[in-house]
Amino acid sequence: MRPEGNTILEVQDLTIRFHMRQGPVTAVDGLELSLEEGRVLGVVGESGCGKSVMSRALIRIEAPGTIEKGSVRYIDRDGCEVAIEKLDPAGRAIRRIRWKEIAMIFQEPMTSFGPQHSIGAQISEAMELHGILRGRDRQQAVVAALESVGMPRPTETAEQYPYQLSGGMRQRAMIAMALSCGPRILIADEPTTALDVSTESQILDLLRERQMALGMSVLYISHNLGVVAHIADDVAVMYLGRVVERSPVRVLFAAAKHPYTLALLRSLARVDRDIPGRLEVLSGGLPDPFLRPAGCVFHQRCPECIRGLCDRVVPRWVRLDDGSAVACHLYGGDHA
Amino acid sequence: MPDPQPLLEVTDLAKSYALRGGFFDRTKGNVQAVDHVSFSIPRGQTFGLVGESGSGKTTTGRLIVRVIEPDTGQIVFRDEESGGVDLVKLSSRQIRPLRKKIQMIFQDPYSSLDPRMTVLRIVGEPLRATGSISRRATRDRVAEVLEMVGLSEEYMNRYPHAFSGGQRQRIGIARALATQPSLIVADEAVSALDVSVQAQILNLLRDLQERFRLTYLFIAHDLGVVRYLCDRVAVMYSGRLVEIADKPALYGNPKHPYTESLLAAAPRPEPDKLPIKQPSMESPSGPHPFGGGCAYFPRCPYRRDVCSREAPQLREVAGGQSVACHFDLTLANANSPAICGRENLQSNGSAVH
Amino acid sequence: MSATSAIAAVRTESHSASQWRLMWLKFKDHRLALASLAVLGLFYTIALVGPFLAPYDSWQTSPFAFAPPAKVHFFLPGHWGRPAVYGMKVISNPKTFDRITLRDRTKILPVRFFVRGSKYTWLGLIDSNLRLFGVEDGQINLMGTDILGRDCFSRVIIATQISVTVGIVGVLITFVLGALIGGASGYYGGVVDNVMQRFLEFVTCVPTIPMWMALGAAIPSYWSDVKVYFSITIILALRSWTGLSRQVRSKLLQLRDEEFVVAARVAGASDSRIILTHLLPGFASYLIVSLTLEIPRMILGETTLSFFGLGLRPPTVSWGVLLQDAQNLAAISSYPWLMFPAVMVVICVLAFNFLGDGLRDAADPYKE
Repeated sequence: MRPEGNTILEVQDLTIRFHMRQGPVTAVDGLELSLEEGRVLGVVGESGCGKSVMSRALIRIEAPGTIEKGSVRYIDRDGCEVAIEKLDPAGRAIRRIRWKEIAMIFQEPMTSFGPQHSIGAQISEAMELHGILRGRDRQQAVVAALESVGMPRPTETAEQYPYQLSGGMRQRAMIAMALSCGPRILIADEPTTALDVSTESQILDLLRERQMALGMSVLYISHNLGVVAHIADDVAVMYLGRVVERSPVRVLFAAAKHPYTLALLRSLARVDRDIPGRLEVLSGGLPDPFLRPAGCVFHQRCPECIRGLCDRVVPRWVRLDDGSAVACHLYGGDHA
Repeated sequence: MPDPQPLLEVTDLAKSYALRGGFFDRTKGNVQAVDHVSFSIPRGQTFGLVGESGSGKTTTGRLIVRVIEPDTGQIVFRDEESGGVDLVKLSSRQIRPLRKKIQMIFQDPYSSLDPRMTVLRIVGEPLRATGSISRRATRDRVAEVLEMVGLSEEYMNRYPHAFSGGQRQRIGIARALATQPSLIVADEAVSALDVSVQAQILNLLRDLQERFRLTYLFIAHDLGVVRYLCDRVAVMYSGRLVEIADKPALYGNPKHPYTESLLAAAPRPEPDKLPIKQPSMESPSGPHPFGGGCAYFPRCPYRRDVCSREAPQLREVAGGQSVACHFDLTLANANSPAICGRENLQSNGSAVH
Repeated sequence: MSATSAIAAVRTESHSASQWRLMWLKFKDHRLALASLAVLGLFYTIALVGPFLAPYDSWQTSPFAFAPPAKVHFFLPGHWGRPAVYGMKVISNPKTFDRITLRDRTKILPVRFFVRGSKYTWLGLIDSNLRLFGVEDGQINLMGTDILGRDCFSRVIIATQISVTVGIVGVLITFVLGALIGGASGYYGGVVDNVMQRFLEFVTCVPTIPMWMALGAAIPSYWSDVKVYFSITIILALRSWTGLSRQVRSKLLQLRDEEFVVAARVAGASDSRIILTHLLPGFASYLIVSLTLEIPRMILGETTLSFFGLGLRPPTVSWGVLLQDAQNLAAISSYPWLMFPAVMVVICVLAFNFLGDGLRDAADPYKE
């Protein structure tokens, strides 16, 4: 997949494995992904698709998995390419990138905050580690950061401890901390999954607003197609460690290509319309992680599987006229 | 027309917890987790109970299966064999034979099965615990229910760690079916599952209901799932029932501001239509420790003075639809932004090249 | 292809693996724990077989006081390729008039196996006088002798019998007390829990060693050896049940709220059924770990008490009693072989600790 426009992050042929007692498990398998400047890419997939592992690899916290192949290229503010996959996960180079260039927020806000210090102190510390501002200026910046995420009474909240805040407020604080150093990329790993729908909706609007104000790129990971529809400009669908389809958001929901995407969309129980009869389901379940299918990873469950082709040959990427890209034999893209 | 002989009739059910704090864990006040809730479910219906975390829906479910003791209220269970029996009045010994008839499916497939027991023992437990039944008969019945949920008989000797989340949930459903219950309480039974697995389980639940004339109390927070599965829906907020209606009325014509906000905020796979903006006020949606006034007052966009003084009672406003609100406003209908969503001017997600 | 089918086979096997099998598989990975298991197996075999391994009785005196450990030679004239030791003689030091035991190179004693020695009763059941090895016309002291010429090797063997079993009896008492009290505390909670925990805290506050010493000193001197032995185990158990009780309680509190316990209640299971079939297997493995780590504490406790003269008393031998003889400088400088029981204590306690570590890592196979 060639980079389009202003590509800010490019992942090529990424393979990550976990070595278990019973053998190796491939969590990410030759994955290709690119993130453009100022756009939101939603990554959708069910459990076991490798989306979390992939996102962690972008800032080298994929341990205990190991990157066995492939590249993660970040293009920094000066236009230079940084080969993230080559950096030492504990080294200085990656630490300079983390938070200042690429920040990450998680499902559980308490992964970002320790319980012993106030929110304001922890955000201030993050800024200090990246040499941002000093003393009073920094204090004011912390309050401003909390205000920008819609925190009620930001000055008082800065003094509070994480346990004193509700789930939604903690999530906002985590976003404030992630944005405090002005990163160019924000990776969001299911940050709203544990929240109520109303809070979730607020946080999604907040992220969108901040993203547009700062011109930031966002990689938003979720298993919820509705959430992705809310926030993303482009969507990548993952299955078993590979991206199977990537399209602009409207194209994906109106005209999905890959059989897996179609099956996902058809099996949704919708709040905005009645579904008569049974839901169309994807039969079977995920294959055993130790026994990956040959050829197309989806072929065992695919209603359109072409025997002799799909079970043997890995489909190549094909770009289509409407802006979508899909890895499926139905759209051409077979090897010679 | 309300069924004169509903399978389950809940009247004035209440449960409160003491708030502890201070030096010796003194009781500071009471939290009303379930605040005088009443509803009834006729035989064969799927009754949805929705709400967010802290609304009291899970507690209600557990009160009905009597793993938590209610403070007050009646839970009358009426099926072919037992006439109307008030579960609240029964002792834990008297309840045991009735447990055959009321079963539960749990949310987390990973913690609701004892990892140290085989599937045979897990699914057979309700049979062994509620009656004297031989080993062989148990085995036969377990094989039977496993087949009903789409699992092979040879899985009987395996342990839960051998199965995926969806399969484990099927095992949990098999366990609930083992004693041929009339009522099954599904406590967020599909919330922890992936979308594709969720669809399989929802279909399974529907099929089982048709086949065995089951009645479901379906507790959930996902309005899409509730819309698919349920015939009638009750909405809970802060321990109170704020609206009950048949499905078309609830989704097409919600009367309570909270119902409207839930429908408005629900994520939908429509990139052109976003959920409408939520009020930015951060208020906890959990049970309120202090009484007086409508529980939804802090968040309600339609609130008036009376709402802070008087708590509204549940009253019927249209055929089969009841609301707990002082104002009988036709707040929303199928065409309002609340349900359709607002236009998405933000995303730049159409074809570029 | 064979790699895939091998993996598939392992996976199918693990699907039907019970909790105990999974624990064993995980335990096997811990090399040190496995080695420790072997070492402890050796110790307990020694304890079981007992006097058969010892050439002499523990109280058998001889004129050869403080004899150094005998070296077994294989290439002595007349006895090529077969084990033999030198005999000993006692002479007076001309300057200090002390009696010293020395090697007598003129006497060569071949080592014989399965000899008849003095009589003993094995485990109180079978009379025998069969000994694994011995010599005629002399003595073989593989670990030297003590002040009364008693064979240290034999004494250590007999002492092992006592020392490693004191732990087991004490631990059984601990287990009963700890499991009952901790179990009731954890399962019922509320007032029951409160009262028991406060009582437990009180017991914990009492300083251990002084308490042991006081109780040890209180044992009447006229009590028989067996009575003293059991009194010591009870004294040791009095303190150690508290730790176990706390662990049982916290594990139960955690298990009690698990969804599968609620599910069991909905299924109609009674309290006792829930405890027996759901909770007990859940914390059985933790119980075993705790017990395994209690045993070395008991062994050390008994050794300490006996070392101070407040535990078992001569002529009963345990490692602690034997170490009483090593309580002076002369022992360390001139007769270091008297400290050998200390080595046994160290190895035994270390082995138990490594074993406990391995068990603890394997104790929750579902923790992945």
